[in-house]
Amino acid sequence: MPELEPAAEKTQSAPKGTYYLRFTRQQRYMHAVLFTTFLGLAATGLPMRFSESFWARKFAAGVGGFGAILFLHKLCAVVLTIAFAIHIKEIVQRGIVNREKGIFWGPTSMIPNWKDVKDMLGHMRWFLGLGSKPQFERYAYWEKFDYWAVFWGMVVIGFSGYAMWFAPFFAHFLPGWALNAVLVIHSEEALLAVLFIFSIHFVNTHLRPDSFPMDMVIFTGVESEHEFKEKRPLEYERNSRKGELKKKVGIAPPLWLINFSKVVGYTAIFIGLLLLVLTLTAYFS
Amino acid sequence: MFAFASRKEDGRMTDAAVKTVDSDQWSVARKTGVRGQGSGIGARVALVALSLAILALAPRKLSAQDCLTCHGDASMTDSNGHSIAVDGKKFGDSIHGSLQCTNCHADIKGYPHPDKIAPVDCKTCHADQADQLKSSVHSDSKDHPCTSCHGNAHEIFPKTDARSAVYPLNVPKTCGQCHGNNGMAGKHGLPSIYPNYIDSIHGFALSKEGLLVAANCQSCHGSHSILSHNNPKSPTYKSNVPQTCGNCHAKINADYQAGVHGQAIAKGDLKAPVCSDCHTAHAILQPTESEFRMQSTPICGNCHKEKFSTYRDTFHSQLGSLGGYVETARCWDCHQAHDVRPASDPSSPINKANLIATCGRCHAGANLSFVQYQPHANARDRKLNPGLYFVRLFMNLLLASVLTFFMIHTILWLIRSRYSQVKNRAANGGKHA
Repeated sequence: MPELEPAAEKTQSAPKGTYYLRFTRQQRYMHAVLFTTFLGLAATGLPMRFSESFWARKFAAGVGGFGAILFLHKLCAVVLTIAFAIHIKEIVQRGIVNREKGIFWGPTSMIPNWKDVKDMLGHMRWFLGLGSKPQFERYAYWEKFDYWAVFWGMVVIGFSGYAMWFAPFFAHFLPGWALNAVLVIHSEEALLAVLFIFSIHFVNTHLRPDSFPMDMVIFTGVESEHEFKEKRPLEYERNSRKGELKKKVGIAPPLWLINFSKVVGYTAIFIGLLLLVLTLTAYFS
Repeated sequence: MFAFASRKEDGRMTDAAVKTVDSDQWSVARKTGVRGQGSGIGARVALVALSLAILALAPRKLSAQDCLTCHGDASMTDSNGHSIAVDGKKFGDSIHGSLQCTNCHADIKGYPHPDKIAPVDCKTCHADQADQLKSSVHSDSKDHPCTSCHGNAHEIFPKTDARSAVYPLNVPKTCGQCHGNNGMAGKHGLPSIYPNYIDSIHGFALSKEGLLVAANCQSCHGSHSILSHNNPKSPTYKSNVPQTCGNCHAKINADYQAGVHGQAIAKGDLKAPVCSDCHTAHAILQPTESEFRMQSTPICGNCHKEKFSTYRDTFHSQLGSLGGYVETARCWDCHQAHDVRPASDPSSPINKANLIATCGRCHAGANLSFVQYQPHANARDRKLNPGLYFVRLFMNLLLASVLTFFMIHTILWLIRSRYSQVKNRAANGGKHA
């Protein structure tokens, strides 16, 4: 067996060849804010969820007690809420005000469609060697799931979190037992998010052999032509058929950006995996 | 049992009222200012000769000064090498300073006296204390029971005197000689109490602030008549503890007696907690401190298991368990610490009519709907908390199904894509094939 080595062009030297834009600067920043605050929320939320585990008290003492933990948790929550609001505003702006095509439907939309169902089934047939690998469009079904999982998660966790933060206010229109329920909802949904992101998202997006050890596109915004064709052949085909490929050509990422992205990305993955291990030890002890 | 071994250099006597006073001779001796200390052999021989001469001429009682002629020499020892010296100055200042040596060393009639003299029996004067001691836990003490606590028999001071070994500020140290690390008590399988006490709120008040009223050992245990806490007559017997603590903490005792725990104890139900069950007996902490708040919640849980378990599911508990943050609600923040009453009691803070005020102590703006929150809701109990039960069920199913599906999906994907990667490289004649 050959060693699991970085896929072809992720090399030590500055990359060459044509690079295509996948994520805008704003989208990359949004992801950066999202994963930073998510790590912050997880790091401060998990000690509360598993407050009787050995590491929770040590961590709490390390950052200055429970007061500091709750403060940081709320701080990250507010930042993430603002980011979420900006994202909603962006969707409304582009999809409704500007009537931009491809936001709510079509191959570039995040909305799941029939093809996603077929892709998923086809993909699983391919896993078992029962068919050929499906050809994916701009957003594959698992990427859409990631998006909607985070979207739903932010609504659910955010709402239940604010309901606890401002409980007397929310009590004006929530029944009494809902105040008990919001903690269950908040912690279970957050646990799902933590387990999902730190295991499944990490593997599906970054650690699987096609992208190992990290998919840099969310950091640099661009990917090589080879990667584009390989991962999203339908999108490549559609763009070249319409002659729009040229519009998507981006600048090859400079070496510093690749290195910077690696440091940030590996750090995030490391923290995430550490939190995953701590969560699992606390959950099963 | 009151054997006073004369060989003991710190042989001691009790501090109780002196019954016999015969101080004339001693006073005279003091006025003359003659002290035997440090006198040379020659001088000593001369004095002894003089004494003998006087004795021979006119037999009379020995004065303290006569004894100090020899025993005033700080280096004086018996044939076994044990000191038998007496500091005349300190003895004169002590509570027994007005007595004659022969009042206690009654078998000495004159000089020379026999090599072996009878042990001093404090009981001769202190009969009441001796009786109390006889029935106490210290009755089988092999050391001299009086001097163990009161110190050097010739240097005993009233308990109000700071020099006394039983002066309130000195009591813990005195008892700690045995009831401390490596002390006598350790050999008898008793716990080391001194370190616990001295770091407690009482120990702190006593040793750091010098509060004479702060509880020391004997405030709770008594002095001569110390009984085992298993003895119903003991002030530390479970049902007597509230009264014992109540000697100082009168208001808290009154509150406690009114509450369910106090009433249960009064009825003879010894399962109910008393002061020391929650506060501990010796390592008592300031109840507003984080450490106390951390350690005491599980103590309530020892009996209230189900309530403790459901409390632990709540945010109150999750916050509280992290420590360093003392405001989160513990049992007694809602239920009261001492005057604990059932929710059905209109004066209970958890009575429905009082909930807004009780919750409102922490949650500004608490309203009627807010206090419907159940601090002991059980998400596993479908009948009691149906809404919560189904929310939890849904969340668990969601979590389990999403994770199970994607776990399988991801593992299969990993295997398949690795397989095709290797296969492709092999087909391309890749260098790793």
